[in-house]
Formats: sequence, structure tokens, C-alpha cells
Amino acid sequence: MMLLTLAQRELRTLFVSPMAWSILAITQLILAFIFLALVEGYIVNQPQLMMLENVPGVTERIIAPLYGAAAWIFMMVVPLLTMRIISEERRNHSLTLLLSAPLSMTEIIIGKFLGLMLFLLLMTSLLSLMPLSLLLAGHLDFGHFVSILIALLLLIACFSAVGLYLSTLTTQPTVAAIGTYGALLLLWIIDIGSNSVANIEASGLLSYLSMLRHFDALARGVFSSVDIVYFILFVTVFLVLSIRRLDADRLQH
Amino acid sequence: MNDTSLVSVQHLSRHYGSLTAVADVSFELAQGEVLGFLGPNGAGKSTTMQIITGNLAPSIGHIRICGIDLLEHPKLAKAEIGYLPEQPPLYRDLSVDEYLRFCAHLNRISRDKIASAVTQAKQRCGLEAVGNRLINNLSKGYQQRVGIAQAIIHSPSVIVLDEPTVGLDPIQIREIRSLIRELGKEHGVILSTHILPEVQMTCDRVQIISNGRLVFSDHIANLNQQMDSTSLRLGLQHPPPENQLLAIEGVTEVEKLDDGRLRIHHARGNNPASQLAEQAVTHGWGMLELSPEHKTLEHIFVEITTSEEVDELAGVK
Repeated sequence: MMLLTLAQRELRTLFVSPMAWSILAITQLILAFIFLALVEGYIVNQPQLMMLENVPGVTERIIAPLYGAAAWIFMMVVPLLTMRIISEERRNHSLTLLLSAPLSMTEIIIGKFLGLMLFLLLMTSLLSLMPLSLLLAGHLDFGHFVSILIALLLLIACFSAVGLYLSTLTTQPTVAAIGTYGALLLLWIIDIGSNSVANIEASGLLSYLSMLRHFDALARGVFSSVDIVYFILFVTVFLVLSIRRLDADRLQH
Repeated sequence: MNDTSLVSVQHLSRHYGSLTAVADVSFELAQGEVLGFLGPNGAGKSTTMQIITGNLAPSIGHIRICGIDLLEHPKLAKAEIGYLPEQPPLYRDLSVDEYLRFCAHLNRISRDKIASAVTQAKQRCGLEAVGNRLINNLSKGYQQRVGIAQAIIHSPSVIVLDEPTVGLDPIQIREIRSLIRELGKEHGVILSTHILPEVQMTCDRVQIISNGRLVFSDHIANLNQQMDSTSLRLGLQHPPPENQLLAIEGVTEVEKLDDGRLRIHHARGNNPASQLAEQAVTHGWGMLELSPEHKTLEHIFVEITTSEEVDELAGVK
């Protein structure tokens, strides 16, 4: 109940500023462009693809790359959305309102996270309308499609949790945004050197930490609980850190 | 400890590293009481208020709100408090109505009572006319009122106001003061300010905090008694010798002032004004002025806070 109130508030803040609208419009435009390019490519290459032994389907050739591109775009967009969540409230002194209300720190953080996720869910559902439009002309591998969708949503949840945490650390939204970009990029490419690292254990750890690995596995349609657990743990850790950080304000020494 | 007290603070201390912001402060607030918190800048008023409202954790000490321990059951205790911090916690991109509705939700007012709670809060703070306007476009005074409306929307038992009349025009100040008096009838109000007459006008009890310590705590009624005049200012064209004045009943001391006038000290409740006037007429002293001198709260405040500092300095040496 209280979570919904807070989530609704967060969502409203987004929509009263031009920020949410412009982000929705621009990402939608770019993704639509990518989608069209992929469809075009598929149609052009269809004769050659038919010759292959294991004919790749629409889901594999269009949806997977589309959502892969979306993942990159979300990585650029989410920090812009998360940067102001706590830092701006600190700046405007409105955080006191939440801290003095009969709410726990957990409710504040989860409520805000939920509000943000609702917005990102809206973005993802708009994106999903594109592949669904292909149903007019053919059929999709729904199992694979849902797996890709879940992968993208889990990935976005991770981005948001990291962004939220960095937003609790500072009163400057831009600092929060830059920090989030840094953290996300690092986690994205952390396994870049894992092939050249001599120590096998270390390289295993690095590639396990990489968000890209887990996202790719799910996006390929390999639905493994390890990847799901990775994402859930990731989100939980950063939400708990945010709650602790907010509580530390009260305890500051 | 008193069972009926709304707020009970015991041995409260707050340290920031080596800096002590609040040291061993204890006080109580009863139902229907307006408690004024006075102190120079940086004395620890705001810190104390932040601690009472759960925005800051105390280093040592206990706080009970309506008998509920703030640290053990923060949610229950916070539901009984309305707090207006120094900077009103407003969402500037909302309209007054939207903002107050959100505050009502936050304070768990049931859905069917929200509309009436919002209307009542607006009416009490004189915000009826601006309900649809964006908070950002309101003047400072109106924003302050929205802040107060936010603090009283759930009619909490305890209302904590940190410098509520800052930035208001004189008429608004009067309105807010009468609002505070009115609130003080049903709720307990803690008010911090550095405007001394405000305390005299609105509070039942005054506490002066200096360097993080509570140095004075008394009822306004007692204070007013203390402030009753014990001296007269006397202006004479042909002043007589001092002993002639001292001979008048009630006069304890005569002091020459720089401007040629005299200050006549007298015992409390034994005012020699009428005798002075009689004598002045019969002896032809040529009286120009005779007026009682009031000791103001400012005197007491300055006395207490500066003597405190002197003590501190002496202690350091």
C-alpha cells in the first residue's frame, strides 16, 4: 500500500517533467530504426538462410539482436533516470518529509525502486510491441521471446539498483549519473580480459561477474537458474546497500 | 517520568565526531502545552528537533513519544509527530492539493478521510485559494504555510516546528502565531525560534539552549513575574541630592544614567512612583519623565547565554 503510494509519486515526478517523455520518444525512435534495419536484413538474406541446415528463425535473427541493442540503450538511459531519485530529494530537503513520515527506510527505497521499474516496464512493453507486430506476417518462438524479455527486464532491474545506490551517495545528480555509467560499463565489460588472464580461477570469477555473460546466456534462450539467481542477488545487494546508506544518514557521526 | 507527557526526552546527547551538538538534554512536553525552544545560532536547537522527529539518531538518550520509544518503534512513534523542518520539505513540481494528498497518504490516513483532512489543513493554514497552484510558483510565505499544513494534516499529538515564521510578512506572522496557539490547545507543540517576542506571545514554557546544554527552563508566567519592573526611569530638571531620594520609602538604589536621568531601583511590589511624584511637586524638582523599566526576555536571554559562555571560557582556563 505504502509502496504503491511512493511508486506512484516517483512515476508522477518522472512524467511531470519533459524528461520521461523525451526519453520515451527518443529510445522508441532509435529502437524502431534498428528494428526496421533488422527486418530488412532478414528479408534480404532470407534466400541464403533457407539453404542452411538449421534454418534460423525470426526470433533468433531479429528479436535477439533488437533486445541486445535495447540493453545498450537502457544502459545509457537508466543512469539518467536514477540519478535524481535520492540525490535531488536531499538537495531540495524533501527527503525529510519521507524520513519523518511513519515509513521504514526499506519502504522508501523499495517504493522508489518500484516506481522506476514501472516506468522501465512501460518502456519495455512499448519496445515489445515491435516484435509482436511480426505476428501479422508469421509466427514467433514464444519460449525464446519470453526468455529474452525476462533477461532484459532483469538486466534493467540491475541497472536501476546500481543507479539508485549511487544516487543515495551524493547530493549531486550528475555525480550519481557519472558514477552509475562507470559502474555499469565496468560490470558489462569486466570479463574482457578473462581470456588472457593466466589464472583460470580469476578469469572464471571475472566472467561470472560480467552482466553481459548472464544476459547473453538468457538471450540465447538458455534459461539457466544460475543466471536468474545472479540477477536477483545483484539487485538485492544494491537495494540493501541503498537502505543501509539511507539509514547511515540518521546515524552519521 | 510522567505518564501523561506527550514527549519525554531523557539525557539526550549527540556527538559529531569530537563536536558535541547536544549534551545531556532532558525535558517533557505535556498535552496542551506550547514549548518554546530558544537559543543562539548553532546552539543545538535544530539538532534536538531532528532527533525528536527521528531524522537523526541520538548518541545517548531516550525519547518517548506518547509513551512509545522512538528508537524501538520508529514507525509508531513517527505517526504521532508532525514536523516542519527549517527548510520546508516540499515537492515544488506538485500543486498544493496534490502535495497535501501525498502527505496524507504517507501518514496512512484512510482513503475516505483524505479529502476532508486536506481541506481542513488548507483551511487552518489559509491555503484555500491556492490549492491548484504549483508550490514552485508560491511566495515564500505561502510555501511556509504549506509546510505547516503538511505537519498538521494527520492531526498528530506532537507538532514540532523549526522556526515557522521565518520569511513571513507581519500579518502572516500574526496568523501563524494564533494558529500555533490554537494548535497548542489540542496538541503539544514544540517551537524553535530566535524571535524572542514570539516566545512570549505564543508559548507556555520556555527552554533556553546554549552550547548544546539546557540552561533555562521555566513557565512563561513565572518569567513574566521575573520581568516585572524593579526600576523606574526618572527625569528631573533640578535633581536633589541622592540621600533625599533614598529616603523615600521603597527606593533601594539610585543610579545616574549617562543622559542625566536617574534610574531608581526599588523592591518588587513596592513601587515608589506616586511618592516620587508627590515629592517632586512639593520640592519643585521639575519632573520631566517617570516611567517603569521592563526587563525583557531579551535581557534574560542575553544574561543566560553570555554568562554561560563566560563560565565555559573560565572552565577552559
